[in-house]
Amino acid sequence: MPNGVTAHADPPATGFGAAGHAHAHHPALQHHFQTLDQQHEASTLGMWIFLVTEVMFFGGLLMAYLLYRVWYPEAWSEGSLELDIVLGGFNTVVLIGSSLTMALGVRAAQTGEQKATVRWLLLTIALGLTFLVVKGFEYHHKWELNHIPGPNFSFEGPHAAQVQIFLSLYFALTGLHALHMVIGCVLMGVITWMAHKKRFTPEWYTPVELAGLYWHFVDIVWIFLFPLLYLVDRAHQLS
Amino acid sequence: MAGHISPKSTYYTIFGSLMVLTVITVSVAFINLGTLNFPVALSIAILKATLVILFFMHVKYSSSLTKLICGASFVFLVILFGLTLSDYLSRGWFVAPGGTTGAGTQVTVGPATPVEVTAQPEAAPEP
Repeated sequence: MPNGVTAHADPPATGFGAAGHAHAHHPALQHHFQTLDQQHEASTLGMWIFLVTEVMFFGGLLMAYLLYRVWYPEAWSEGSLELDIVLGGFNTVVLIGSSLTMALGVRAAQTGEQKATVRWLLLTIALGLTFLVVKGFEYHHKWELNHIPGPNFSFEGPHAAQVQIFLSLYFALTGLHALHMVIGCVLMGVITWMAHKKRFTPEWYTPVELAGLYWHFVDIVWIFLFPLLYLVDRAHQLS
Repeated sequence: MAGHISPKSTYYTIFGSLMVLTVITVSVAFINLGTLNFPVALSIAILKATLVILFFMHVKYSSSLTKLICGASFVFLVILFGLTLSDYLSRGWFVAPGGTTGAGTQVTVGPATPVEVTAQPEAAPEP
C-alpha cells in the first residue's frame, strides 16, 4: 500500500471534477485530499512540524540551562541535591507508563477496539494527572523552604545567588513542561470523548494518533529534564 | 488505512527497556565519574528518546518525509547549542599581551571595569 507521500505524486484524477465522483467516500475525508491515506500523511506531517517548533521552544531554555551550568557548576551541584530524586524518579516511571498506555490506546484505535481505546486513554489521563499532583507536592515543598526565586528566596550555601538561577531554570523548564501536561490532559479528555462517541474507525483514527504524538513528545521532554535537573550534578557533591 | 500496527509485545518491550535505562541512569547518578557524569546521563536520555520516537511515535514505520522533519529538529537543536557554546566556551582563550577580558567563561556583574588578565579570579564572582 503506498503511503501518502507517493500519493502526492499521483496525477489528480480529473481536477475539480473529482469531487463529483460516483462512489461514496469516508465522511472524514476532506474534499482537498484524494485518499484517507494522503490526508492522514498530511496531518501527521503537520503535527511533526509543530513538534519541531516545540523542540526549539524548549531548546532555548535548555540552552540557558547549559550555559549557566558551564558558568556555575558548583551551584548546579548544590541545586540538584535540593530536588527530591524519589519523587522525580517516581514521576519518570509514571510518565513513561503513560506513554505505554497512550501507545496501546492508539493501537486499540487502529484495530477498532473502541472500548479498549477509551480505557487506555482514561488510564493515560489518570497517569498524567498523577504526574501533575506529584509535581504540585514538589512545588509546594519548594514554596515552604522559600526556594522560589524572587524577593523571598533564601538558601543556605556558599552559592545562594547562583542556586537561585538554577532554581529559576528548574521552575521555567518544569513549569513549561507541566503546562504542556495540563494541555495534554485536556486534549486527551476531548479525544477520549470522541472515542466514547464511536467517532473513530480503523479507517480514520488520525486525532488519536496526533494526540499520541504530542503526548510522547511531552514524555521525551521529561526524559531529558529528569537527568539534567535531578541527576547529573548529584555525585560531585556527594563524594 | 495504511498505518503500521505494531504488536502489543513491541510496546511492552520498549516500556521495559525504558524502565531499565531509567534505573541505570539513576544508579549512575550516585557514582562520581567526574566530567563523565554529564555525557553518560545525556547518552542514556538520547537512547530513551530514540526508542520513544522510533516505536511509540511510529517514526520507524513513517514516510521518509516525516523522518526528515523529525531529524531536522535535532539538527537545529545541535546548531543552537553548538554555535552558542562555541562562542561562550572559547571566550578568554586568546588574550593579546596587555589586553583584557571581561567575559571569558566567567561572568562579571557590576561596574563594567575591565579586569586585568593576571588578576582574574579563579572562581566565578558573585553576581
